[in-house]
Amino acid sequence: MHEMGITQEVLLNVVDAAAAAHATRINSVTLTVGGLTDIVPDSLQFAWECLTPGSPAEGAVLVILESVGRSVCLQCGVEFEHDKFDRHCEACGSFATQVIQGNELRVDHFDADLPETDGTVEE
Amino acid sequence: MEIDLSRPILARNDALAEGNRARLAESGAFALDVLASPGAGKTTTILATIAALRERYRIAVIEGDIASKVDAEKVKAHGIPAVQINTGGACHLEADMISRALDAIPLAELDLVIIENVGNLVCPTEFDLGQGARIVILSVPEGDDKPLKYPGIFAMAEAILLNKVDAISFFDFDEAAFADSVRRLNGTAPIFRMSAKTGEGVAEWAEWLAARIEGAK
Repeated sequence: MHEMGITQEVLLNVVDAAAAAHATRINSVTLTVGGLTDIVPDSLQFAWECLTPGSPAEGAVLVILESVGRSVCLQCGVEFEHDKFDRHCEACGSFATQVIQGNELRVDHFDADLPETDGTVEE
Repeated sequence: MEIDLSRPILARNDALAEGNRARLAESGAFALDVLASPGAGKTTTILATIAALRERYRIAVIEGDIASKVDAEKVKAHGIPAVQINTGGACHLEADMISRALDAIPLAELDLVIIENVGNLVCPTEFDLGQGARIVILSVPEGDDKPLKYPGIFAMAEAILLNKVDAISFFDFDEAAFADSVRRLNGTAPIFRMSAKTGEGVAEWAEWLAARIEGAK
């Protein structure tokens, strides 16, 4: 259950940034979680529901975007998508490949009401 | 209003890990993070590695466990400085725990710091500690299909130690299948067949580690 610790970091990051922006309410938080990581999105949601009540992010929706694994073959240069279990190049058979996407664990952005706009101004 | 953050979730841990890395580099010590399941033989492998390298290098061990001082006591009994971290339930070590542990060992007088992570094949993978290399130990009784169940850790390991090969005849461990599933995840990590108990294969693994220590100097 390292998802609890990871969610705690998400919350800290967002609460700090929201306080710096004088946000009055946090509506949603968007993360990207790479498909090659050992992070279970459902567990992040569960941890979010456990950790946010009583915090400035109470009631905020957690949006988790998943990025698919992508590697480049160091032998033939082809870029390809793959699952967690097999990163070898189907094109030339090489095992010398390098991940270019799928290891992300990132807070992208959050949506908040600010005193100036009070959440009523459309972007 | 949308506020952009675009920041790694574990930015705080990553920054502390970079601090550890700088501190280790400055004092000329190489840190090895050892990952494995409970019972794979982490402590026994660490002791065998120490026996192979202690004439050449000054070594200390950081032991990570949920509770107890058993492992640190075992290492200390061999005359090696050891510090025990008890995570109190947490399933992995984090960089701040390592920075405190580095305060408790004579870093300036060391060449190698071996970190025994909490026995777990999932949780430690996302947490950089500031190590110079990360390895995973798999023991034969755990089965050849472990890379298919815990791909993340086998993908990131820089070397894979297949421990307890002295017992391989008692288990249906398909070494070719194991090597194949590792290759599909990780095209570069060598697999060392070894037995920490009998000493088989320990020298080859220890030479790999020695080359990494020398390479970091």
